[in-house]
Amino acid sequence: MTTPDLLIVENLVKRYDGLLATDDLSLTVRQGELHAIIGPNGAGKTTLIKQLTGEIRSDAGRVIFAGQNLKRVSEPGRSHIGLARSFQITSLFQNFTVLENVCLAVQAHSGHSFRFWKKINNDTNLTEPALTILQHMGLEQRAHTVTSSLSHGEQRQLEIAVALATKPKLLLLDEPMAGMSKEDSETLIEHLLELKNRYTILLIEHDMDAVFSLADRISVLVYGRAIATGTPDEIRNNEDVRQAYLGEEA
Amino acid sequence: MSLSSRQVINSALLVFLAALPFLTDWVGDSFYTGLVARILILAIAALSLNLLIGYGGMVSFGHAAYIGVGAYVVGIGAFHAFEDGIDWMLNGYVQLVAAILGSAVIALIIGAISLRTRGVYFIMITMAFSQMLYFTAVGVETYGADDGLSIYSRSDMLGLIDLNDEKSLYYLIYVSLLVVLYLMHRLVGSAFGNVIRGSKSNEARMRAIGFSPYKYRLTAFVIAGAIAGYAGFLMANLNDFVSPDVMHWTRSGDLIIMILLGGMASLFGPLYGALAFLMLEELLSSIPLTVGGLRVGEYWQLLFGPLLILVVLYARNGVDSFLPGARKGS
Amino acid sequence: MNWLLLLEQILNGFQLGLLLFLLAAGLTLVFGIMDMVNLAHGSLYMMGAYFCATFTGWTGSFLLGALLTLPAVFLLGIIVEVVALRTLYARDHLDQVMATFGLILFFNEATRLIWGPIGLVIPLPDFLNQTVEIIPGAPYPAFRLAIIIVGFLIAGLLYLIVSRTKLGMLIRAGASNREMIGALGINIRLLFTLVFGLGAALAGLAGLMAGPILSVEIGMGEGILILTLVVIVIGGIGSIKGAFIAAILIGLIDTVGRSFLPEILDLILPSQTAATAAPAISSMMIYLLMALVLAIKPQGLFPPKGVGR
Repeated sequence: MTTPDLLIVENLVKRYDGLLATDDLSLTVRQGELHAIIGPNGAGKTTLIKQLTGEIRSDAGRVIFAGQNLKRVSEPGRSHIGLARSFQITSLFQNFTVLENVCLAVQAHSGHSFRFWKKINNDTNLTEPALTILQHMGLEQRAHTVTSSLSHGEQRQLEIAVALATKPKLLLLDEPMAGMSKEDSETLIEHLLELKNRYTILLIEHDMDAVFSLADRISVLVYGRAIATGTPDEIRNNEDVRQAYLGEEA
Repeated sequence: MSLSSRQVINSALLVFLAALPFLTDWVGDSFYTGLVARILILAIAALSLNLLIGYGGMVSFGHAAYIGVGAYVVGIGAFHAFEDGIDWMLNGYVQLVAAILGSAVIALIIGAISLRTRGVYFIMITMAFSQMLYFTAVGVETYGADDGLSIYSRSDMLGLIDLNDEKSLYYLIYVSLLVVLYLMHRLVGSAFGNVIRGSKSNEARMRAIGFSPYKYRLTAFVIAGAIAGYAGFLMANLNDFVSPDVMHWTRSGDLIIMILLGGMASLFGPLYGALAFLMLEELLSSIPLTVGGLRVGEYWQLLFGPLLILVVLYARNGVDSFLPGARKGS
Repeated sequence: MNWLLLLEQILNGFQLGLLLFLLAAGLTLVFGIMDMVNLAHGSLYMMGAYFCATFTGWTGSFLLGALLTLPAVFLLGIIVEVVALRTLYARDHLDQVMATFGLILFFNEATRLIWGPIGLVIPLPDFLNQTVEIIPGAPYPAFRLAIIIVGFLIAGLLYLIVSRTKLGMLIRAGASNREMIGALGINIRLLFTLVFGLGAALAGLAGLMAGPILSVEIGMGEGILILTLVVIVIGGIGSIKGAFIAAILIGLIDTVGRSFLPEILDLILPSQTAATAAPAISSMMIYLLMALVLAIKPQGLFPPKGVGR
């Protein structure tokens, strides 16, 4: 039995001033899996995310998502066909409440917003799905708190909640645990374990414990290339990976 | 439903403004009705600009241009009615529609180009476009060029309301202000307003969750332009005169000052700002103090300029921060 | 078409363009390096003209007056930077716009207080107050020619400073990557102050040269400020090269356009329509050019590296 590939990345290239950030990169994400990408700093992980979401243009190669070539699909357009991302550096509507953050993401996927008259902030079409998501992420108590007064850990959780509100087929999580305390990380790992059952996830993460406990498959990125892809066990035992990357830590 | 103390203050202000023509009758000095009418028109324009600056984060430095377009529609209509006997051009409803549509179309063109840019570029481009309109008006001899156009006949509202009656005109302006305030209240709280505010707060995230801010921003730009055009329509009728000076870039600067003086975080801010701006002008220019044979009031901008800098540095939310229930921070 | 007139207008176009460049050079650096909107740049231009008028009156010599004006405006620029603008770098553009708008009001009013509401005249020495025949049969005012020469000299000097000196290296680095200069451990405050002073001196130079041909009056800096902004936007914020090319372009189009557009329009429109439309259209031309450039390149013709995406 083979699961279909939800995301296919083929020979992707991105150059910055002659420097190759993404170097002929190919990988696939299967429907339903949690695929983690690891690699040392500067391996081009965030660049890859930006290329996938359309925030930056690729110089060569192509991305196929759910059978569709993304070449001509804009960044907002990609959100509408089911790609969602969280940001490595928290990127929220800081002066909005927690609920408003999630509502805005729900709103983006509830038809156009050229509606000038009706009050939006108590629209149950938005608040109900938003509150459900906040509940899942354990943020329902904070729904009416202004985002800027959340703790770092809570903001990181809200990052994911906002992404979930766009009803994604694929979640791109860019270092969701960045800067988190050990305790917060453990809570988040539990949330991710639960999300894993419902979403296909591409996870970029430095926290190796998290990656090896969560991932179905892992790709190792070094200098913009995927040097290995496989199950956690295969990656752990891969000679190239040990030399290029894990070896440095061990 | 109980009112917050802020709502009480706002309501008291509106009641006072409603009663003003009768108060000045009582005092026997109608000068202030004219002055306040001017303030209210500027407040309408400032309210529309606050949709862009305060809620949308689009620092447009050319908003007076749309006031100019609206005002010139009235001026040009009156001119042709007077000179060439084209009576329909004096029809107030025709002028009204032309003023709003005209300024909306021009805002659409200017916005479509300007909103492709960001930050400093956006500020400078909107400013330059408004100067283009200014110089165009200066260049057209037919309509008085530099000297402007005297309006010999105010818009003819076909008997529904007589704009030649100062009180009627004042109440038209006053009701217009109420309508625009309510319009802004609805707009800001709507789905559309949510997108505008979100785009100011975090554009990258807006795109990531599936919004294309450009078309929403452009729509806001056009709405704001149209309202300013309407303010221009009122302005021309109040002044019986229109000249290129209404769209000079410093007039756009005045509108931004009003927003800043009033506080951009609130609905009523621009109204307070417009009041504060023109009251300050009146007050500072009538300072009776004389230093070395020079009357200080005559050089009031010498004080006003540094005052602006101080407001920017130390009172970011202007009048708003002194009212009860002000939001902390910005 | 009158070829001699065309030639004269082209020279006038260069002269306006070079004045614009002097203003734009300083302003584009302030915009580019400090990410700061400074509307009061036109005031420094105005101060240059007023200082020069006064110093020329004191010394009886335009050249001496001009020589005294440059350090005076340089100092004034530094004072403005230290007293008012320094605190605004970290603020958003809206704050900067408002505060520098306040500065304009202050400068205009202070000028009226000190020099009175009536404009001043800067008398030229005889050797500049004559015409020269660069081309036989086409006398051209010596002073305008001098402006062109000085403009080109300054442009060359600026090019050398920016491309060959350490200060220039820092300026270039700053325009494309602000954090980097900080990381280099350079005294960034001093750098900003110096750059601002330099920009002020250039604006003052433009003002003192414009004084004798235009008029020295309150608000003289505002019209030209807008033109300068157009130059900077077209050239690309932070780019000296862009400022130079755009300034010359604007100078030529504006000057040549104004004098020849009526003739050109006359060919395609009924003469009365042409006569009415020409002044309006010719004053719109540079803005249309700006709109065109931005429609194609929103970052201007020469955006500094690293600014665009």
